[in-house]
Amino acid sequence: MNIHEYQAKELLKRHGVTLPPGTVVDSPTEARAAAKALLDAGARRIVLKAQIHAGGRGKGAFTNGFQGGVKLTTSPDEVEAFAGQMLDNVLVTKQTGPAGRQVRKLLIAEAPQIEREIYLAVLLDRATSRPIVMASSEGGVDIEEVAEHSPEKIIRQPVDPAFGLPGHAARRIAGRLGLGGAMLNRAASLIQGVYHTWWECDASMVEINPLCVIRTPEGAADLWAVDAKISLDDNALFRHPDIRDMRDTDEESPLETEASRHDLNYIKLDGNIACLVNGAGLAMATMDIIKHCGGEPANFLDVGGGASVEQVTAAFRIIMKDPGVQAILVNIFGGIMDCDVIARGIVAAVKETGLELPLVVRLEGNNVTAGKRTLADSGLPIISGDSMADAAAKVVAAVVG
Amino acid sequence: MSILVQTDTKVVVQGITGGFGGRHAQLSLDYGTQVVAGVTPGKGGQFFAHQGHRVPVFDTVAEAAAETGATASAVFVPPAFAGDAILEGVAAGLDLVVCITEGIPIHDMTRVKRAMAGPEVRTRLIGPNCPGIVTPGTGEDSHGGCRIGIAPGYIHRSGHIGVVSRSGTLTYEAVWQLTCRGVGQSTCVGIGGDPVNGTSHLDVVKLFNEDPDTHGIIMIGEIGGSAEEEAAAWIKQHCRKPVAGFIAGTTAPPGRRMGHAGAIVSGGKGTAAAKIEAFREAGIGVAETPSVMAETLLKMM
Repeated sequence: MNIHEYQAKELLKRHGVTLPPGTVVDSPTEARAAAKALLDAGARRIVLKAQIHAGGRGKGAFTNGFQGGVKLTTSPDEVEAFAGQMLDNVLVTKQTGPAGRQVRKLLIAEAPQIEREIYLAVLLDRATSRPIVMASSEGGVDIEEVAEHSPEKIIRQPVDPAFGLPGHAARRIAGRLGLGGAMLNRAASLIQGVYHTWWECDASMVEINPLCVIRTPEGAADLWAVDAKISLDDNALFRHPDIRDMRDTDEESPLETEASRHDLNYIKLDGNIACLVNGAGLAMATMDIIKHCGGEPANFLDVGGGASVEQVTAAFRIIMKDPGVQAILVNIFGGIMDCDVIARGIVAAVKETGLELPLVVRLEGNNVTAGKRTLADSGLPIISGDSMADAAAKVVAAVVG
Repeated sequence: MSILVQTDTKVVVQGITGGFGGRHAQLSLDYGTQVVAGVTPGKGGQFFAHQGHRVPVFDTVAEAAAETGATASAVFVPPAFAGDAILEGVAAGLDLVVCITEGIPIHDMTRVKRAMAGPEVRTRLIGPNCPGIVTPGTGEDSHGGCRIGIAPGYIHRSGHIGVVSRSGTLTYEAVWQLTCRGVGQSTCVGIGGDPVNGTSHLDVVKLFNEDPDTHGIIMIGEIGGSAEEEAAAWIKQHCRKPVAGFIAGTTAPPGRRMGHAGAIVSGGKGTAAAKIEAFREAGIGVAETPSVMAETLLKMM
């Protein structure tokens, strides 16, 4: 699960990570009041940041013509005017796709005087099955580019999950980032705070980019997490009800939200051939074989290895709500589940939903002969596929005509 | 012969009194597997009855192993408690723990792996989030085999091909393609779709390479991580047997988790294209589509 920047900062703050003072708002008048309060407290500049689950906000553009999802200003009047252009409007960035995302909330924060930008993240290192702290003195830029062009500039500190990130390891990272002297202990405790956030929240990734050495209006140096992104492990949300409540379904495709209510794994894609499959690996492979045969998959949909009739029916309803779908391929390997039960489920779902699109069904496994007979005897124009390849070729042919 | 489990391996089912664990314990008994014990804390002393079988239930894995001689376990325990259940099997000194449970928090698994890292640990973990292991038997529809997990037993046939995969249904596809061509399997291993798991593709391939009864290998991978690449690099150098492979997820959009917690292309890493390239580079026969996994291997043999 992904959360907004302001929510990520809330979690970081709980673990002692220092952040620019700020408030989340959903109206221009609130934005103005928040900015005024920050300026009165000594802030020199204010930043408005559109809260959407996508990167590239600064270089994005609103569909109303307004440029930039991150704006700097020193005037409360301008904050209010900017907020009016941003709130409830659609922001398109390189990560949102052309449809963009509606901005419902803005983070109004102090924009500090930045002296240095650093990259800091905690994630899972799959190769060792352990957490890893990744850091780089090259912050504020795309870290994947740094990794590709100057891998020597990336610090990798593996962490033993039994002991966490010890102080000495955090100080070593800080030292290598050039955060020595008076800043050393301050930086080490912030790095530990970011690790604790990762561990305590069951995050899959915590990324601070940039972490900034800043100069306060009084002239002192400090370290602030200026931007933050957190992804959480869905499997662990059961033990974090407060974090689970941070889910923003406005940021999800409505069909994906509906699918998750039925325990279906559904991901919408841009093609025209829908597929309905049991098992994640087989579902991916079915998308691949559609493409291999010259078609374009409209979705990934895993009804679970077991595939119950209820889930198959719910899956049909979801697929049929996607207006881009022109044909459907059902691919079920009924291992334990009786194929005839699945076949009767398909027939019931087709009748119930009044399906008019071409439907190709490939069944294999337990009691498959009876299942195929049920499909054939249903009187419905269901096309039977003998193998995965045969079914994929038939469904692609049905779309091409 | 076979790897990891033989047809007479004695199995304990952790979570045997639950709906899911109980159903699959029944199917394993029907398949002829030596399910000799169950474990459910608090239900020790009861019996799990099925078709004339009376399987004793114990409070702990240690008791179950001591009383029945079970050396392998199947874990069907809910996600919040599954990490602990795995470590109970490890503490009891089992040879093998197969964790079927889907949805274990990743942080829990990092700790389980850490606890299993010591030199004193002799237990091998398969999974979690996996279909389990089958060493087919020689009876009708491969009856008499050792089935630990949730795979359909009847699709197998005793023989000489080793199958290793992250995915359940894709494993069944490969197995069924082999069986329909009259080709049997030595052992079929589902290693699971989570980013942190016990046994890797490479671990299983090494075992198949050493098993005199395995003559060829099908290795099925998917997007995410680099386990397939590591296995391919080793195969190129050391594997003496033909290997055919398939990688799922060529069409998966980057940054999206495709059902399995581990199936994600992130930061341009873990793509299907890179894994397929690693397979080709290692001389592994690449199945262009999942329909030709068995055919691709058989052409090489």
